[in-house]
Amino acid sequence: MALQGLLWCIATLLGTGVAAIAMARHRSATTLVYGVALCACMIALAIAGWSLLALDSPGEALTLPVGLPWLGAHFRIDALAAFFLVVVNLGGATASLYGLGYGRHEETPGRVLPFYPAFLAGMNLVVLADDAFTFLFTWEFMSLSSWALVMAHHRRPGNAAAGYLYLLMASFGTLALLLAFGLLAGPAGGYAFDAIRSAPTASLAGVVLVLALVGAGSKAGLVPLHVWLPLAHPAAPSHVSALMSGVMTKVAVYGFVRIVFDLLGPPVWWWGGLVALLGGVTAFMGVLYALMEHDLKRLLAYHTVENIGIIFIGLGLAAAFEANEMPGAAALGLTAALFHVFNHSVFKSLLFFGAGAVLTATGERDMERLGGLIHRMPFTAFAFLIGSAAISALPPFNGFVSEWLTFQAILLSPALPQWLLKFLVPAIGALLALSAALAAACFVKAFGVSFLGRPRTEVARDAAETDRWSLASMFVLVALCLLAGILPGYFIDALAPVSQALAGAHLPRQEQLDWLTIVPIAQSRSSYSGLLLFLFIALAAGVGAEVIHRWASAATRRSAPWDCGFPDASPVTQYTAGSFSQPIRRVFGSVVFRAREEVHMPPPGDVSAARMHVRLHDVPWDVLYVPTAKLVSFAAERLNKVQFLTIRAYLTLVFGALVVLLIVLAVWQ
Amino acid sequence: MAIALELVVQLGQMLVVLALAPLLTGYVRKVKARLLRRQGPPLLQPYRDLLRLVRKEVVLAQNASWLFRVAPYLIFATTWVAAALVPTFATGLIFSHAADMIAIVALLGSARFMLALAGLDVGTSFGGIGSSREMMIASLAEPAMLMVVFTLSLLAGSTQLSSIAASMQGPGVGLRVSLALALVGLIMVAIAENARIPVDNPATHLELTMVHEAMILEYSGRHLALIEAASHLKLLLYISIIACVFVPWGTAVSGQGLGAYVAGLGIYAAKLAAAGFMLAVFETVIAKMRVFRVSDFLGAALMLGFLATLLLFVSRVT
Repeated sequence: MALQGLLWCIATLLGTGVAAIAMARHRSATTLVYGVALCACMIALAIAGWSLLALDSPGEALTLPVGLPWLGAHFRIDALAAFFLVVVNLGGATASLYGLGYGRHEETPGRVLPFYPAFLAGMNLVVLADDAFTFLFTWEFMSLSSWALVMAHHRRPGNAAAGYLYLLMASFGTLALLLAFGLLAGPAGGYAFDAIRSAPTASLAGVVLVLALVGAGSKAGLVPLHVWLPLAHPAAPSHVSALMSGVMTKVAVYGFVRIVFDLLGPPVWWWGGLVALLGGVTAFMGVLYALMEHDLKRLLAYHTVENIGIIFIGLGLAAAFEANEMPGAAALGLTAALFHVFNHSVFKSLLFFGAGAVLTATGERDMERLGGLIHRMPFTAFAFLIGSAAISALPPFNGFVSEWLTFQAILLSPALPQWLLKFLVPAIGALLALSAALAAACFVKAFGVSFLGRPRTEVARDAAETDRWSLASMFVLVALCLLAGILPGYFIDALAPVSQALAGAHLPRQEQLDWLTIVPIAQSRSSYSGLLLFLFIALAAGVGAEVIHRWASAATRRSAPWDCGFPDASPVTQYTAGSFSQPIRRVFGSVVFRAREEVHMPPPGDVSAARMHVRLHDVPWDVLYVPTAKLVSFAAERLNKVQFLTIRAYLTLVFGALVVLLIVLAVWQ
Repeated sequence: MAIALELVVQLGQMLVVLALAPLLTGYVRKVKARLLRRQGPPLLQPYRDLLRLVRKEVVLAQNASWLFRVAPYLIFATTWVAAALVPTFATGLIFSHAADMIAIVALLGSARFMLALAGLDVGTSFGGIGSSREMMIASLAEPAMLMVVFTLSLLAGSTQLSSIAASMQGPGVGLRVSLALALVGLIMVAIAENARIPVDNPATHLELTMVHEAMILEYSGRHLALIEAASHLKLLLYISIIACVFVPWGTAVSGQGLGAYVAGLGIYAAKLAAAGFMLAVFETVIAKMRVFRVSDFLGAALMLGFLATLLLFVSRVT
C-alpha cells in the first residue's frame, strides 16, 4: 500500500514535469506546478513518516515491468528508505511552498518548471530503487534534471562552466558506482539488491568501498571531490539550491549507506578509519573554504561540504565499531550521522531560502554589498539567525544534538583495538571540534555582514521584506530546528528501526525519560536535555528582563553611535567579510591555502591609495584537477592523429587489437 | 519532599553563583591593586557598578536593531544557566543531568555568538574588530576546551561534571601525565575565554588591542550591566570547573543534608579565593601579548589537550 502510494506521488510529479513543458508560458503555470509538487510531497512525506514509525523491518517490495526485460524495475521501502524519503519529501514540500512565492520572480520559468518536479521524482526514485539498474538509471536521472536546473540561468557569467564541471563530476561518480555494482553483482550478474545481499561477500570488498566512496562522495561533496559543488549549487535558483544542498547530497549519503552498510556485508576495520578520516578532513576544509568566501550562496554551499564531513565521521565510526563487533557503539555512530542528515537538510534549506529572499530583495549575492537588512527584512533576518545558530551547533537547536552524539561516539572509540584507529580517532575528534568552532565564526560573519550594521549599497538600503509563501516555508523550518533541538528523544526513537536493521542494535528508548533527556548509553555517562536548557534560558532571560524593567530603569534614548568618540558616517568603514575573517586567515590560511598578503604602499609624498592583495590557492584544485585536465588534453591531442589514418592502417589496428585480445584471453584462461 | 529540597538546593546554587560572581571579580581586582601597592577599589565595587548601571537610562545608537537590545538578556541567561549547571558547593544536583561538559562549552558558545553579533550590529569599526578577534580566539579556545573535556571524560568514563568530580576523588585516578597536560590546557583556555592578561586586558579602553571591550563599546545602562554580570559569571564558571575537576575534595554530594552543604559552601569559597589570588598574581607578573601571538598561545593549549587525549587513547589496554 505505502509503496504504491509513493509511486503514484512520483508519477504525479513526473506527469507535472511533462505538462509543464506544454504550459510553461502560461501565467498560472508557476502556481500550478509548485502547488501540485507541494501536495505530492506532503502526501509522500506522510506515507514515508508513517512507514518509518509503523513498518516492520523487511518492508514492502514491488516489481514494475519496465527497464531491462529480464530484470524489471524493483522498488522497495524499508526503514532506511523510509527515513531518507522523509528527508527528501520534507525538503521537497518546503521548497515547493517557498517556490510558490519565489518562482514568481523567475525570468525564464520555462527552464525551471519542467525540471523541478522531475528532479524531485528522481530523488524519490533513487531511494526506492531495489536493483542496481534502477538505482543507476534514477541516479543519472536525478543528476541530469538537477544539471538542467543549474543551467537555468546559463547566460550569467560562470554558470555554464559550473554546469560543465558538474556534468563531468556527475558522470565520473556514476562510473564509479557502475563499477561498484558490477563487482557487487559478481560473475553471476544478480543485479537485484536481494540477490546481491544473499550472495557471498564480494572478493574485492575493499575496492567496492573505495568505489562507493568515490561515487557517492563526489555527489555528496567529500574533499577532494567537492570542487563542483560550491559552483553548481549556488548557480541554480535558490529553492533548487536548497534542494541540491539540503536533499540531493543526502540522497548521495543514502547511496553510500545502502551500499556499505546493507549490500556489502560485514565491514573491515580500516574502512571505518578511511571514511572517518575523509569526513574529518572534509569538515575542516569545508568550513575554512566557507570562511574565505564572501558570496552568500557559495558560503552556504561550502558549509554543505563541512556538514557532509560530519555525517561521514559518524558513518566511519559506525563502520569501525561494527567491524569490531560493538553493535551498541555502531548504533550510536549511525544514529548520530542519520540525525545530522535530517538536521542538516532542515537548516541548510532554511539558510538557502533566506539567501534566496535576500537575492530577490536586493539582486545581490555578494555580502560586501549588503548590510543592515535586519531593519528592512526583520522576519527573514530572524529565520536566518535561527538557521545560523542551528548550523553552528549552538544549544538549544538541533545541530548541537547530532554533533553532541557524534562526540559521544568518538569518546567510545578508545575501546577499538586497532592501533591506527587509536591514533586517527583523536585527530578526527580535534578536526570536528575545530570545524564546529570555525562554523560559528563563519556564521557570525555571514549573518553579521549581510544583515547587521549599516547598508553598504543603495540596493541594500531599499530592500523590502519577502513574500508570505517564502516566509511561511522558512518559519516551518525554524520550528523544526527548535523542535528537533528540544525534543531530540522522539527523533532518535524514530531512527531506532533504521539502526536496528543496519547495525543490529539501536539506542535505548528515549521518550519515557524524565524531562525528555537524551541518554545515548547510560545516565551516569552522558545526558543532555534540550527542553530543560531551553526552559532554563527562557526563564533566566525572562526573570532578568522582568526584574530590571520593574525595579530599575526602563528609560531608553536614541543617539549617534559612540565608537570611541570618532564615529565615521561612511558605511565603508565597517568591517567587511574579508576583514572579519582576516585573523582566521592569518592563523589557518597561510598553511591550508598558502595565503599571501601583498601590500602596495605608494611612495612618500604620493597621495594615491594603498592597496592590499590577498592570494589564496585552492590546493586540491592545483594538485589534483589541473594536472588531470592537462593530462587528458595532452592524450586527446596525441590520439587525434588516429582519426586521420589510411584504410590500411585502420585494418592493421583492428587486426592487432584482435590478436592482443586473443592473447590476453589465452593467458587469462 | 525530597524533590522539593533538591529543587531548593538547585535554586540556591543558581543564586549563589549570581551573588558570588561580582565579589570574585572585585576580589581579583583588589589583590591585583595590592600587588601593585595601590589601595584599589573596595571589594563590593562591582556590585555598586552593576547597581548604578541598571539605574541609568540606555543610550542606543540610532541604527541599533532589535538584536542589539535582546542580545544582553540572552547572553546573561545562557551564561547564568551554564554557571548554574557546573557543580560548585555540591555535586549531583537535580538538574545536573540536563547538560554535560560538552553542552556547557556549547552554551558559552551560544553566548559568545550573540555577543559577537551584537558587536557587529551598530556597524562601527571598533565593534567589528572586537567580534572578528573574539571569533578567532574562540575558534582555537573552544576546540582546546573540547580536547580537555575529551581527556577528562576518557579518564572518568563520563562527560557529566558530577561523575567526573566523583571519579577524580576515587582511588583509580592518581597522578597522570594526561591530567597535568589537561590542567595546563584548561587554565590557558580559561585565561583566553575570560579576556584576561596576556590575551586581552579587562581594564583597558581605547586601545587597538582590546577584544571584549571593543565588542561592548556601544552598550550602556542596564544592557551593559547584564553583559558585565555575564562576564563575572563566566570567570566564576571557569574557576568552578577547574576546582570541581582538579580539586574535588570537600564538595558536598546531593542528599547529604544541610551541614554538608554549608561545609561545601565554605570550602568552595576558600577554593575561589585561592584561585582568584593565583589569577591576580599571574596577571601582575606577565605582560599582554600582541593579538596575533594569541594564536600561538591557544595553539599550544590545543596541542596540550590533543596530546593528553592521544596519550589516553594509546595507553588504554583493552
